[in-house]
Amino acid sequence: MWSQRHGRLRPVGCGVEELRRRRREREAALRKARREQQLVSKRLLRDDAPEEADGGCVAPILGETEIQQFLRLSQRGTEEKERERALVTLRRGLQHPETQQTFIGLEGSMRTLVGLLTSNQALLQLEAARCLHELSHSEQSAVAEACLPATSYLLTYVSGHSSDLIELCLYTLGNLIVESEAVRRQLLPQGIVPALAACIQSPHLTVLEALGYALSQLLQAKEAPEKIIPSTSAGSSVLGSTLPQHMLQLLQPGPKLNPEVAVEFAWCLHYIICSQVNNALLITHGALSTLGLLLLDLAGAVQRSENAGLELLVCPVLRCLSNLLTEAVVEAVGGQVQLRDERVVAALFILLQFFLQKQPSLLPEGLWLLNNLTANSPSFCTSLLSLDLIEPLLQLLPVSNVVSVLVLTVLCNVAEKGPAYCQHLWPGPLLPSLLETLAFSDTEVVGQSLELLQLLFLYRPEAAQDFLQQSGLHALERHEEEAQLQDRVHALRQTALHG
Amino acid sequence: MSGSAPTASRTGAGRPWLRRRVEMQLPPALHARLLAGPGATEPLPVERDPSAGAAPFRFAARQVRFPREHEFFEDGDVQRHLYLQDVLTQVAGPPERPRVPEFTCQVAGCCQVFDVLEAYEHHYHALHRNVCSFCKRAFPSGHLLDIHILEWHDSLFQILAERQDMYQCLVEGCTEKFKTSKDRKDHLVRRHLYPADFRFDKPKKSRGPGPPAALQEPAGALGEGGLPLEGEDMEVCSEHTAPPAEPRGERRTHGHRIPSTVCFGQGAARGFKSTKKRNKQQ
Repeated sequence: MWSQRHGRLRPVGCGVEELRRRRREREAALRKARREQQLVSKRLLRDDAPEEADGGCVAPILGETEIQQFLRLSQRGTEEKERERALVTLRRGLQHPETQQTFIGLEGSMRTLVGLLTSNQALLQLEAARCLHELSHSEQSAVAEACLPATSYLLTYVSGHSSDLIELCLYTLGNLIVESEAVRRQLLPQGIVPALAACIQSPHLTVLEALGYALSQLLQAKEAPEKIIPSTSAGSSVLGSTLPQHMLQLLQPGPKLNPEVAVEFAWCLHYIICSQVNNALLITHGALSTLGLLLLDLAGAVQRSENAGLELLVCPVLRCLSNLLTEAVVEAVGGQVQLRDERVVAALFILLQFFLQKQPSLLPEGLWLLNNLTANSPSFCTSLLSLDLIEPLLQLLPVSNVVSVLVLTVLCNVAEKGPAYCQHLWPGPLLPSLLETLAFSDTEVVGQSLELLQLLFLYRPEAAQDFLQQSGLHALERHEEEAQLQDRVHALRQTALHG
Repeated sequence: MSGSAPTASRTGAGRPWLRRRVEMQLPPALHARLLAGPGATEPLPVERDPSAGAAPFRFAARQVRFPREHEFFEDGDVQRHLYLQDVLTQVAGPPERPRVPEFTCQVAGCCQVFDVLEAYEHHYHALHRNVCSFCKRAFPSGHLLDIHILEWHDSLFQILAERQDMYQCLVEGCTEKFKTSKDRKDHLVRRHLYPADFRFDKPKKSRGPGPPAALQEPAGALGEGGLPLEGEDMEVCSEHTAPPAEPRGERRTHGHRIPSTVCFGQGAARGFKSTKKRNKQQ
């Protein structure tokens, strides 16, 4: 099930070094865009036949006359093969931004392309859809927006039966969606949500992945929490449609689960959940138990396969679970019953270990879930102790300050449950670790260490004695002068010395 | 000493700064626990002291929720978009589409040749799946075909349309109905922002660039409409306006979407199609 990604959508023809460099550049650009709240991406689907790729000849940039000529030929050529060839040449030309600009500047060009898209020659239709897809991928807003006259047809074909065409239409729509709010204001009345809701029952995995992509693009929109997700207008909004149930079905672990499809829908769910529109509805559809089971499945999968890009799926699943746990309704609809299984904690630790090796930047997200699991649950805190997970948790302390604070917070969650819990925390490896974190210079790490010590001294007085013996006071002294820490340092010293 | 140590490394970049090589050793029993059944150990008794977390201490166990734009999500979001832009994907070839011995489309009157199954599949779905059995027009979706059959070939339709709104909206998911196809067109344009010349809602006589004919006859066929597409006609019977008298009872059964000319000598095509259908329903 969790096999290597097949990489259908990929860059081609460059070495490892070049790929790494490009990746670093891209990452920096994305980080900047994220901070400016401009994070949008498009996907390019090019499924060229091998002979085309091997040929090595880069398609030439087309001028006005050539574009007109190819359009005329594909429209009225005498032979079908000839018409198709003309459109293929045009499509390859459209891979160049220059040709795209020329194309949209030509009067009637889009009209002709839409005509070919709706023609009764199956292959011409597919080629026309590919041309539109190239245009939709453009970084130039004007180019992508020139595709707007085609959207009603793209949506019509999404309800069709040809999986190749549906896939193309969905990726094209997914690219257009992020172009502007104006585009979305056209797509929503044209019925994009019901069209997607009907299409999600497709048996084709490529269609489902494309659909998940388009839907995730729609849900990422800034106005999504107000205009796209709410369940007020039945059918035309995401929560008012049948999409949520189907999305959850596609995330159910089992032999039918497909990683690429699941990645897209897990992100869709994340965008819905963090918008906090009606998370109670998702919980009643069983979101907590489905995602919990998926987490178990993923933990099993990372142990089996080395490099399958699973972090791409783990990340949104963690986010969904973690945010859902904060819903007040979780108790009311039996969420705690759904997620009381201590295997969730076991799975989470296996995933933390996986992140540490593969993608340490995602460790905080895993620890955030651990916090939300343990904050109000004596049961999960007890599992942490009975499964011997305190020591592995402490091993994460050196990773980073963010990680340290989260680790210490989880330990505080356990300690604040009282003497029975602290008895398991002390003696043990906790003291040497805390003496180390007291030596950190980060105020928040030290502050959280002080909080943990206070709880321990309170519920496990013997701990104070050990602390004194191992020159804990010396470690505290370092922070005596720090404004944000000194009150707590003094109070802790008093407790340690005088009980 | 003044103030606190800089905390930029934890809040600013959101990128964990790996201080040194870290190993995480999990207890061996943990993997076994994952494979065993669900369950939880009996929780230890909770016994809180009111002085816990009292000033100057401030800890209280609490769940945290993050909104979508929170910086906590930056790293994960960047990974997601790297993946979307395909920088993360492993290098691999396109899916192989095996060539098969050349074969011809089995639908009567169609002589298209194929050597890739997927190409045939697309051809079949585009041209032969949603075909009106009365007038041979092909439609892009079952929804549009259903509406076409009802409005063009149901002899009761005109009678009923005089009494009640019968023209269904073409947008899937919209349940509105209208007295005339003109009203529907207005609705499509105003409510759904459809183009005024939507090709699947064309009166069939408005061929070519001439002024639009009366709008009473809805649901044009593929290839018709705005563009003067030449030599494109597959709707061989498109000149017939009068609906042929056919039994109405089976109108909505799937069989009627297959041209009536398709009745024998196409076992392969039927077999192929019916497996697709079964898959679709699971």
